[in-house]
Amino acid sequence: MKIGTPREVFEGESRVAMTPDSALQLQKLGFDCVVETGAGSAAGFSDEAYVAAGVEIAATAAALWKTADVVAKVRPPNDTEAKRLKKSQTLISFFWPAQNEQQMGLLAKKGASVIAMDMVPRISRAQKMDALSSMANIAGYRAVIEAGNNFGRFFTGQVTAAGKVPPAKVLIVGAGVAGLAAIGTATSLGAITYAFDVRPEVAEQIESMGAEFVFLDFEDQNAQDGAATGGYAAPSSPEFREKQLEKFRELAPEIDIVITTALIPGRDAPKLWLEDMVAAMKPGSVIVDLAAEKGGNCDLTVMDEKIVSPNGVTIVGYTDFPSRMAAQASTLYANNIRHMLTDLTPEKAGEINHNMDDDVIRGATVAHAGAVTFPPPPPKISAIAAAPKKQAPKEPTAEEKRAAETAAFKKSTQQQVGLLSGGAALILLVGLYAPASFMQHFIVFVLAVFVGFQVIWNVSHALHTPLMAVTNAISSIIILGALIQIGSGSWLVILLGALAVFMAGINIFGGFLVTRRMLAMFQKS
Amino acid sequence: MDIGFTTAAYVVAAVLFILSLGGLSGQESAKRAVWYGIVGMGLAVGATLIGPGSGLWLLSLVLIGLGGFIGMQLAQRVQMTQMPELVAAMHSLVGLAAVFVGFNADIEITNVKTALAGGGDLKSLTGFAALVAKKTAVEINILRVELFLGIFIGAITFTGSVVAYGKLAGRFNTTATQLPGGHVLNAAAAILSVVSLLWYFQSGDLLPLLIMTVAALFIGWHLIMGIGGADMPVVVSMLNSYSGWAAAAIGFSLGNDLLIVVGALVGSSGAILSYIMCKAMNRSFVSVILGGFGGSSGPQMAVEGEQVAIDADGVAAALDEADSVVIIPGYGMAVAQAQQSVSELTKRLRAAGKTVRFAIHPVAGRLPGHMNVLLAEAKVPYDIVLEMDEINDDFPDTDVAIVIGSNDIVNPAAQDDPNSPIAGMPVLECWKAKQVFVSKRGQGTGYSGIENPLFFKENTRMFYGDAKASLDKLLTKIS
Repeated sequence: MKIGTPREVFEGESRVAMTPDSALQLQKLGFDCVVETGAGSAAGFSDEAYVAAGVEIAATAAALWKTADVVAKVRPPNDTEAKRLKKSQTLISFFWPAQNEQQMGLLAKKGASVIAMDMVPRISRAQKMDALSSMANIAGYRAVIEAGNNFGRFFTGQVTAAGKVPPAKVLIVGAGVAGLAAIGTATSLGAITYAFDVRPEVAEQIESMGAEFVFLDFEDQNAQDGAATGGYAAPSSPEFREKQLEKFRELAPEIDIVITTALIPGRDAPKLWLEDMVAAMKPGSVIVDLAAEKGGNCDLTVMDEKIVSPNGVTIVGYTDFPSRMAAQASTLYANNIRHMLTDLTPEKAGEINHNMDDDVIRGATVAHAGAVTFPPPPPKISAIAAAPKKQAPKEPTAEEKRAAETAAFKKSTQQQVGLLSGGAALILLVGLYAPASFMQHFIVFVLAVFVGFQVIWNVSHALHTPLMAVTNAISSIIILGALIQIGSGSWLVILLGALAVFMAGINIFGGFLVTRRMLAMFQKS
Repeated sequence: MDIGFTTAAYVVAAVLFILSLGGLSGQESAKRAVWYGIVGMGLAVGATLIGPGSGLWLLSLVLIGLGGFIGMQLAQRVQMTQMPELVAAMHSLVGLAAVFVGFNADIEITNVKTALAGGGDLKSLTGFAALVAKKTAVEINILRVELFLGIFIGAITFTGSVVAYGKLAGRFNTTATQLPGGHVLNAAAAILSVVSLLWYFQSGDLLPLLIMTVAALFIGWHLIMGIGGADMPVVVSMLNSYSGWAAAAIGFSLGNDLLIVVGALVGSSGAILSYIMCKAMNRSFVSVILGGFGGSSGPQMAVEGEQVAIDADGVAAALDEADSVVIIPGYGMAVAQAQQSVSELTKRLRAAGKTVRFAIHPVAGRLPGHMNVLLAEAKVPYDIVLEMDEINDDFPDTDVAIVIGSNDIVNPAAQDDPNSPIAGMPVLECWKAKQVFVSKRGQGTGYSGIENPLFFKENTRMFYGDAKASLDKLLTKIS
């Protein structure tokens, strides 16, 4: 079969869907390749380079469309191109089926197959053909370069002989592929980079790229879980939006460069950088709005144009960042196409096997065998493993903390009062029956136990062994009893007393000495 | 000298003893605190010798001197690793002394009674006997209960400490062994003691006292025989507590307030230590005393994976790369006398600019605070020796954790496996470190006989061999 790539007719589009390198790979799959003359010139690939890679050159677009079985291109077909597409011919390109239903119906009726590169499902296996990501990566990089081009200062802070240069502060709104690429580029240029996203789980990714995640002080009941929406953002609640805008308003005066990349699939871009925020920015600041094509995240963005706000803030609304890096973008896009074709020809025999049971092919195909096949059923494998519901340790609020403290205090008070009253009752009971001479000693005993408990709790953990040795030594106070008795007349008493004195003597000296030995060893570094 | 002076001396001594215990709250103040204790003891003994009721003071001094000489020899010779044995042995002496003093009191009471019955001259009685002679019948009865208790506790302390000493010194089998009948025997002996008490109370004869003493000696021996080696920290602190209560009970019967005060101090100190140790093992005091580990409610989790061994070169390489190292010593370090090698390792690693700290579990070793004393002996500065609560949160940021001869206190099953016998026991979470090295003699289980999943973890490497030999080999690889 023959794969053909025409010259892009969309004005300003410099990319091309086939490069000499990808053509070589395609030929290995058994395909013949053909390009319209001059198709790659804007991206820096001459006809000669294609010929050298074994690619046939078609003189006109019409000739190419006629000869190719599979047409691979970048932009969605315009009306002329759509007319040229025949039955059983396959078109691979960006298609935006949701916004392009009329044409999709038309092509389906014709019996052509259409594979929309923008519909490749976001699953691990399909990453190699995820053209949106590869283009977004370029857009993110280019956005920073574009911002730098329009920004009159360094990104990195420097202390030079000629004076001190503060580092630029960059805020990136939306941490998708483009946003993360922009973060990486901005940090590697030396800027202080902040990033925001409505999906809290990307905070880690943001931080891994070297930016600081802008946290909102907001408890969202249904905080967005990117896993549920295939890794894309979903619209946020009005309260959340308010909080978010408030934060941006607070940041605006100190930010030098804002790069907005916030897009929600199938919707207009959310307005996140309002007019008053632009007004609050310093003159010379730059806003690059990567969502310009969908209406822009910034109020003032004009699609495809660079404007300067009344207070001197440059707002870049270009939509063709990948096209501005056509060589790089073409290489990546052509690789995505090549991977798609690899999946379409499992036997590598140059014949397309449009396997509608394959999740990826099914997802990307919007028209096949005379029928519109959009939207596809949800893929069987979810893009990202659903994050386990985090039972995040909830920070107790101040009131809760205080409540817990008072409860604990109450409980300990109750416990203490209970113990005290129980103990007091017991002592009183003893007092009722015991003679006075016993009570005298008993009071001493209770007080000593009490003092003991108070004192011992403070003993340092590391000193428990010395504590045991020293209590052991002083427990030989039993010697007093023996000393009192030893004077008695009875020989048996004298003998027992003498033994007790002797043993206690061992204990006193041994206990204190060993304690001293141990304590002398403890030393600070 | 009259009684007033002696009492005053006792008050001063009591205050000194309290200060002595209170001073143990810090390493520096502790050094001063011991002197308080020594002075207090000297004061108490001195005041008693010159006070009323004492006689034969020359003999007393000679005996104290003799005992003191032996005590000093013991204290100077003992190895720090043998500390648990020494403490247990000394407890047995206090227990036996309490038994003797209790018997003496009984003999005196009988003597006084016969003297009174024979219409003898009360003036001829001196000391304790004179005190007894003044007592009423009710007071005599209370006195009997007190000395009975004193002898009972003293006897349990005596045999219990002897057994604990034997187990700690390795002279007895360290596993929990009991006579057939188990705790029923203990209970029977206890009941026999109660019966003896009633009998003694009625008759005042020596025989019930002797029967009770034998029963108590049996309880002490049998109870501690039934407790395994790993529970020794609890046992030793419990015996410590008992020796205090015995002294207090004797103090009651002799009417000596200083004995009561000191006995109560020691008793409560031992009780608190036992409580702390039990808490550290997440076990109730009763379950420790009744011996063995509590029943588990189901099959334990099977341990998956295998133990991977490593040699000294591997450990040295990992230590070379590590920035932060935590060492977890256990009883195995004490057994192998490896504390000097550990200290040397610490010194070298610290000299190489690495952070080295020690994590001490409350029940590591065989005595509360055992590891701290050993590390102190090996001149490891005490400010890098941390308690479990202080260091447990730091393990995830630790590059290398080295487990030296400890097992149950680093067993993750305590947290992961609800059916494990040690489930719920607080443990050192060393497996959260990036790499764990376990220095261990062989593949066997620890004292509790519980399999340790830590040894099977992916980030764990087993460094087999005697702890001291292994560490010495390691030291040759680390400059």
